[in-house]
Amino acid sequence: MASRAVSVSAALVVAGMVLVPVTAVLWRGGGFGGLGPADWAALRFTLWQAALSALLSVVLAIPVARALARRAFPGRSALIALMGAPFILPVIVAILGLLSVFGGKGVINQLIVPLGLTRLDIYGYHGVILAHVFFNLPLAVRLLLQGWLSIPAERFRLAATLNAPVWQVLEWPMLRRLCPGAFVVIFVICLGSFAVALTLGGGPRATTVELAIYQAFRFDFDLGKAATLAMMQLLLGLAAGLVALRLAPRDGFGAGLDRQVARWDGISRSAKVADTVWITLAAGFLLLPLASVAWAGVPGLFTLPPEVWLAAGRSVLLALGATALTLTLALPLLSRAGEAAALLGVSVSGLVLGTGFFLLLQPFVRPASVALVVTMLVNALMALPFVLRILRPGLDGAKADFARLSASLGLSGWALWRIVYLPRLRRPLGFAAGLTAALSMGDLGVITLFADGDTATLPLQIYRLMGSYQMESARGAALLLLALSLGAFWLFDKGGRVNADT
Amino acid sequence: MLTLDQITLAQGPFSLAADVSFNDPITALIGPSGAGKSTLLNLIAGFVAPSQGRVLWNGRDISKLPPSQRPVSMLFQDNNLFPHLAVWENLALALTHRRPNAKQSAQMKQALSRVGLVGYETRKPGALSGGQQSRVALARVLLQARPLMLLDEPFAALGPALKQEMLDLVAEISAETGMHVVMVSHDPQDAARIATGTAVVDEGRVSAPMPTRALLENPPAGLKAYLGATQAP
Repeated sequence: MASRAVSVSAALVVAGMVLVPVTAVLWRGGGFGGLGPADWAALRFTLWQAALSALLSVVLAIPVARALARRAFPGRSALIALMGAPFILPVIVAILGLLSVFGGKGVINQLIVPLGLTRLDIYGYHGVILAHVFFNLPLAVRLLLQGWLSIPAERFRLAATLNAPVWQVLEWPMLRRLCPGAFVVIFVICLGSFAVALTLGGGPRATTVELAIYQAFRFDFDLGKAATLAMMQLLLGLAAGLVALRLAPRDGFGAGLDRQVARWDGISRSAKVADTVWITLAAGFLLLPLASVAWAGVPGLFTLPPEVWLAAGRSVLLALGATALTLTLALPLLSRAGEAAALLGVSVSGLVLGTGFFLLLQPFVRPASVALVVTMLVNALMALPFVLRILRPGLDGAKADFARLSASLGLSGWALWRIVYLPRLRRPLGFAAGLTAALSMGDLGVITLFADGDTATLPLQIYRLMGSYQMESARGAALLLLALSLGAFWLFDKGGRVNADT
Repeated sequence: MLTLDQITLAQGPFSLAADVSFNDPITALIGPSGAGKSTLLNLIAGFVAPSQGRVLWNGRDISKLPPSQRPVSMLFQDNNLFPHLAVWENLALALTHRRPNAKQSAQMKQALSRVGLVGYETRKPGALSGGQQSRVALARVLLQARPLMLLDEPFAALGPALKQEMLDLVAEISAETGMHVVMVSHDPQDAARIATGTAVVDEGRVSAPMPTRALLENPPAGLKAYLGATQAP
């Protein structure tokens, strides 16, 4: 498996799966002259909502990460673990949670409207930004917390003996180094955001380029315009991807983040109160929507229409297929060159790839009949870079420890993988499989372009239930999706840990 | 007889030169750390290629062979066993990459009983003591049945008594099977205990082996500086 031919062909397959649909988009997309003012407005909105979302996420993350870094309290490590959850949380589930807290009949409005304050409206650009901050604040907190924990404990001791201002000599320099990278990563994520804009945005003032692609498909069925918009999104993604590649910090997926460094500053009463407030606010902002999904979902869970169960079955199959495909592609690609090939996929958004596949396949087959296969392919391509990033250190470690022993025992090729590398990689393989399964289970992207009534996945089915105002069923289905996503992640991750000897 | 024929190796600022033959049943390589002792073993085992020169075993050039084809088995400083495999599976790798057949199983039983670990077949290395792990590794060396055993301080992490026990077991195995041993050590006591010949590796040069006792009683200048004031045994 490690043989060159297999690696090269896997890299070619991945590159082909990205480049062929992209070529189709470029070939079909016309010049930008054919775009109307609404399309340019979409570009402007995409850029400024991403910038504002990233700015808010990073700025709010600073006090939260600092509070987490310097306070010990019961539940601290659980809260830090929770900061990793939005990564595997289906967008549509989070949207339903945010709706029940910030929505028209949500908790906040029930509290403030009787006080005579204006009713909050979550639909529109502020809803889009709120959802983006909900998803990316935890990411920013984790990136910055990593920065805080990377400051050696000795420096805090030194600062304490000198009575030096910790913020000025240690924290601010670290933040100045990390914040631009965190901003860019979140900016890129928000550029390609589709499901949030689909559910909370829309209209002339809150349409992203990705949403415009979808609308060109669904409402106008103007494939040429969709391709042109996809070209625009492609350029955006590539440009942002290049910047991110230079600035992006490495996210260690939370390993070792529950350490706590002894500190001698921040012992004043006001600092303690401020930290408590920030931690409580952040925990509430993240936990309330999730708790309300669980709470509000229970009644609907027992009266789910049969098509929800069918959609759930499709989603499970889709997630398993995408996981198998991703891991099969990942193993031969575990090299620097492989990682580069997979990175190609990140800068190209799912919807751009979906548009390309649609253009390629539509003359030959009914798009709905290949909806699940295309979704699986695109999900695999999207997950691949993360999976490679998770597996690389494990493989490098196994090589460092056991390459000589394996060579002296004559282990090579498939035997080397079967006997040494795969067992050594069990934990990261389990984690990677869990992430892929959860991501694929909750994805609401390409499937919206392809699906008809018979091929909906569970997230799409929930979106349709919301669209037809069957909120109780939607909430029940959201709880089911949440359970399936977290369950799939937990099962795979657990499977990698059980009996794993290190 | 192991011959290093006009070997030179350059790795950045580090260089190593050797033009010697090792003929003793057990030869020790001693010298300060960083002198190139481990590099020399890696070179004999085939993990490092020399810039020039040849490695010969009984007159046959083995320089071009991959590690698994050389007449060599090696114990490293650590990671001599796969932690995810049971003792039995670790041993089997010396003979086959598949399920061992009846004849191979019998051989494995014999090797286990030679190192005194019958009954430990299904344990994983994590459930064994350091000394037991070393015994399993030695049992695998027995099964590999190569004429030359290389030891890169595999017992360094053990306590003094246990280390001596392992060295004695190595000497017994060497005497029983006729296996030659080349061992790295930074402790002259180890060499004095089991090695008949000792070569000094210092400043990238490998000297010709001398009888261990004579060498330690009357060390040359470089070795004297390394050994310091401690009395040779």
